[in-house]
Amino acid sequence: MPTTTINGRDVAVDDEGFMTVYDEWDDSMGAALATAIGIEMTDEHWKAIHFLREDFKAQGETPTIRRVSTAGGIDTKQLFVLFPKKPAKKMAYIAGLPKPHGCV
Amino acid sequence: MRKLLILGGGTAGTMTANKLHRALPESEWEVTVVDADDNHRYQPGYLFMPFGTYRPDQVTRSRRKYVNKHVPLVYGEIDTVLPDENAVVLADGRRLDYDFLIIATGVTPRPDQTPGMLDGGEWRRSVHEFYSYDGSVALADKLREWPGGRLVIHITEMPIKCPVAPLEFAFLADAYFKDKGMRDKVEITYVTPLDAAFTKPIAAEAFGNTLEEKGITVVPDFMIESVDAEGRRIVAYDETEVPFDLLVTIPLNMGADYVGRSGLGNDLNLVPVDKFTQQAKAHDNIFALGDANDIPASKAGSVAHFEVDVFVENFVQLIAGEAMTHKFDGHANCFIETGDGKAMLIDFNYDTEPLPGKFPYGGLGPMGLLKESHLNHLGKLAFKWVYWNMLMPGRPLPLSTAMSLSGKQTELIDAK
Repeated sequence: MPTTTINGRDVAVDDEGFMTVYDEWDDSMGAALATAIGIEMTDEHWKAIHFLREDFKAQGETPTIRRVSTAGGIDTKQLFVLFPKKPAKKMAYIAGLPKPHGCV
Repeated sequence: MRKLLILGGGTAGTMTANKLHRALPESEWEVTVVDADDNHRYQPGYLFMPFGTYRPDQVTRSRRKYVNKHVPLVYGEIDTVLPDENAVVLADGRRLDYDFLIIATGVTPRPDQTPGMLDGGEWRRSVHEFYSYDGSVALADKLREWPGGRLVIHITEMPIKCPVAPLEFAFLADAYFKDKGMRDKVEITYVTPLDAAFTKPIAAEAFGNTLEEKGITVVPDFMIESVDAEGRRIVAYDETEVPFDLLVTIPLNMGADYVGRSGLGNDLNLVPVDKFTQQAKAHDNIFALGDANDIPASKAGSVAHFEVDVFVENFVQLIAGEAMTHKFDGHANCFIETGDGKAMLIDFNYDTEPLPGKFPYGGLGPMGLLKESHLNHLGKLAFKWVYWNMLMPGRPLPLSTAMSLSGKQTELIDAK
């Protein structure tokens, strides 16, 4: 498993750079990851990212866009504004979680 | 007498009923199947009906005929499962008690879930699907008379059953219009929410190349927001648009509504289960088999088949008070029609993506994996016979339940 340095700390990541250890993440990491993919975090961004973190903890898997919309209460259209083009992938990346599956 | 209730008499439910009937002593167990009607559809046939390869009457048989005659088949709509009372209530008020429950009611296409798809005024006119019996029949009529134009093949959202079927539809459409001498009048576009032609990288590359060879354009990363039926275009959340003259969409696939009503499902009414045993996470005496569960494997008949094999072994242990020691590995095996009498074959599981090579015997084959051949096409056609005569009665197949790496070019995984 490769490691990389984010925000001055060594963390485990997968081949695509997604963090793989849940507890290695904190808000400052999230902010650094967001900057790396050109996203400036606002309160609305954090609401989505914190929902992803909480839901992963409870369910054991990264929520899909559908779930962020229905259970997290953030409109899908708005997710595309906050995390342009690929919201599912970008949110998971910033939240330090695996890419959502469902794609098999 | 202990009661085992199976909801759904389709691919997974029928196989489970027949295998359990054999595995459990009849003096101690009463196995019952519930379904709304007696029409067991051969769903792989839906792909072929639009092109006139199968007639509608060739895809339907009697459920009753394929469920062991000692297993009662109750006809009725399911209203609710009451997991705390171990009972199922039907729409007409009948109540069926169980000791163990198996949910095998699959998934269905839901065009009502995308604005403008069902309610835009163009449903079954310029907006079609082939994931239901009625839809497949209607599309056959449409294709016969269609003068040509922009054909858009579209996937709403994953997961869908038979994830290769939309690709096959694209390949077969190319061949169909070539045959009719009008391929130059048809522009084919393949629109997907995935970032490539398929979910797994090595297969995606092979399928992507085949699409390109056939002159089919791929539009990836397209998350549909709505169908603008009047304006003949699909619109994505990021406001990109794809215009069409004929849209063949795969609507959102959802589990049965009663699953949601009973509090047993996720956002798509799929039952969350342990991916190795298919036991419901919330209830020890409920299992969900086939398309109805949420395991990260393809929703396909071959998956249901391998899964049911493992389930029956585990279930016998469970009722003997033992731990369930068998683990389903996510094994899937699918033929992919590529047109002109050829097909490809893929074989994969949770951990190993589809790879090129030989199947089922390393070095010998005779079938090639991820490669077009006439033999694979014959395999696909023969599968209909295998389905009704081997799979449904629960007869053993000469294939191992767990996926084998023999014959697969595993070095490609490391080369990535």
